[in-house]
Amino acid sequence: MAMNRKTKSKIEVTFIYIFFLIMFVIIGYPLFWAIMMSLNPGSNMLVTELFPKNPTLEHYKWLFTSPNSDYLIWYKNSLFVAVLNAAGSVVITSLIAYAFSRYKFIGRKYGLYMFLLLQMFPALMGMVALYILLNTIGLTDSLWGLLLIYLGGQIPFNAWLVKGYFDTIPRELDEAAKIDGAGHLKIFWTIMLPLAKPILAVVALFNFMAPFMDFLLPRIVLSSPENYTLALGLFNFINNQFSTNFTRFAAGAILIAIPIALVFLLLQRYLISGLTSGATKG
Amino acid sequence: MANDQTKKKNSITQPRNLATLLSVLVPGLGQIYNRRILKGLILLIVALSFLVTTWDYLDIGIWGLFTLGTIPKEHHSIQLLLQGLISLIVLFVGIVIYIYNIVDARKGAIAREEGKPNPTLIKAITNFYDRGFPYFMVLPGLIMLIFIVVLPLLFMVALAFTDYNQYNAPPRNLLNWVGFDNFVDLVNIDIWKDTFFSVFAWTIVWTVVATSLQIVLGFFLALLVNDKRIKFKRTIRTVLILPWAVPAFVSILIFSALFNPTFGAINRDILSTFEIMIPWLSDPFWAKVALIMIQTWLGFPFVFALFTGVLQSVPADMYEAADVDGGSRWQKLRHITVPHVLFATAPLLIMQYAGNFNNFNIIYLFNEGNPAVRGQNAGGTDILISWVYKLTFQTNNYNMAAAITIIMGVLVMGFAFYQFRKTAAFKEEGGRY
Repeated sequence: MAMNRKTKSKIEVTFIYIFFLIMFVIIGYPLFWAIMMSLNPGSNMLVTELFPKNPTLEHYKWLFTSPNSDYLIWYKNSLFVAVLNAAGSVVITSLIAYAFSRYKFIGRKYGLYMFLLLQMFPALMGMVALYILLNTIGLTDSLWGLLLIYLGGQIPFNAWLVKGYFDTIPRELDEAAKIDGAGHLKIFWTIMLPLAKPILAVVALFNFMAPFMDFLLPRIVLSSPENYTLALGLFNFINNQFSTNFTRFAAGAILIAIPIALVFLLLQRYLISGLTSGATKG
Repeated sequence: MANDQTKKKNSITQPRNLATLLSVLVPGLGQIYNRRILKGLILLIVALSFLVTTWDYLDIGIWGLFTLGTIPKEHHSIQLLLQGLISLIVLFVGIVIYIYNIVDARKGAIAREEGKPNPTLIKAITNFYDRGFPYFMVLPGLIMLIFIVVLPLLFMVALAFTDYNQYNAPPRNLLNWVGFDNFVDLVNIDIWKDTFFSVFAWTIVWTVVATSLQIVLGFFLALLVNDKRIKFKRTIRTVLILPWAVPAFVSILIFSALFNPTFGAINRDILSTFEIMIPWLSDPFWAKVALIMIQTWLGFPFVFALFTGVLQSVPADMYEAADVDGGSRWQKLRHITVPHVLFATAPLLIMQYAGNFNNFNIIYLFNEGNPAVRGQNAGGTDILISWVYKLTFQTNNYNMAAAITIIMGVLVMGFAFYQFRKTAAFKEEGGRY
């Protein structure tokens, strides 16, 4: 009987491992295929092979050296928006979250409801008006205009997230500081911010990565290629002449995917704990 | 004696009523009457400058909001509409300041009646700073939120009640308010009706099936990895999370190429060995199947990671107690694990459903909502949001796009409402402050 249970358990474990193996193949195959495509010479997808006979780095070289390639400019644009977006969103949301977590004021409760509600409305719903608004202040086809939309659009979700985290910081700490004579801003600066570093890092990371991943807003806001962000520029590689530029797209895409994936895998533990503590206990 | 006092209280000459009245008539006057001269003057100046600077803008804005312009080619209806909405917001701010002024005058007068001395200047400023602090903190974000998120949504709502489309567009034509005509058209005119109902049905199926699949797969994998007998947990977790780490637009475009019938590897390299060719992009049914599979691939890692975190927090003694009672594995799963996990993650799971409901990226990037369907002005895989995008940016049917957006908004509010009830935050909120 005991023997029997042991074999049963072994069979079970084997099946679990087989299942994982299948999942690995399903996960890995598309990514592996894209990498292999980027090593295929030429741009004719019909003659590509999964294991090219003469693999080449020509597409990678083209991205960086061809005078027709804007890839480095796009990288610079994306970095510009990403850095400012990460910094700006941390400042704005931590201020809001502090007020909502520690103060009682008129409109507080409705403000919280508003954040919860607004985070479910995608920016696309108000796109027409946003475009006209940017137009009236002369910020269409500008990275600043794009940045402004990102900064405003991230508020509902992130303010909620950070507020939830602030709530978990014991109020005794800031009350003690208040008795010692610390002002509102001093408490915020010396107590709340240092303790909230993990969630602020999550917010910064999310908002840093957003401009690298989003192609829709740039597509609506930006029109000249020298202002493109990476996602939009890459999308345009294959948008019109799909079959002719996929190999080049694959090369460009891999060069964004690798750093982002690495950062992500390194920090995913913090992401998860930040999300769960912010959003569920919030 | 008691009668006298009530009489005095209701009398207009009583300081509190007089101060209120004065502030209703002229902002700041009540405060001056309360001997808070500086405060009164500041309020007066604020009120005057508010009126002087915004009067013309508000005048045109409110007029424009009602008429949408009267002279074609000279009045631009869309700009007037936008100005009108901004005017409403500015007016609202003005009214809030005005009401604050009245309430403050009354409070000040009551304090004086009770014989409290007026605070000194420094005290007044500290008070103002103390009480105003949360508002100062919220202000920059609030202004951005109003102009970048709320105003555009209001504008979209307004558009749904106009006749703004490709053929009737400013500055050449003026727009008109048309009431609910667009919504009526949506369910009465054949092409709109057919399109709307099929897109709507697919959106619901898409949201429910794709999201549920990614949740179930994520949960199942989290359970398996959590099994004590499994080794190399870290490696397995890292690989399983990979689809989340790769930017979604990259993976979707890769899949789009993989499923391409002429050069995609799925037909060419895999299915051809079984001599099957599936029209992944040109047949609506297969395109939908492909989309759901891709979304499951993209979405399960988040759920998996989330559940992995939560599973470790299920108290071990609950399982031990179940073992003592002779509970089977299935019973433990159903009565301990699932409730615990769902309770801890419900808000985030609802967000997953809402996210897929609005998942424009995958639909558009995979196949731009195609293939085309006869008798419809949306593609076979279009969900509501990608249809709205097409109506707006490709065929310029702004009014219909806006009407559909409102319907989506109502549905989203359904999610949100459920979210409110589930979110622990509001349950805790009561006793907290």
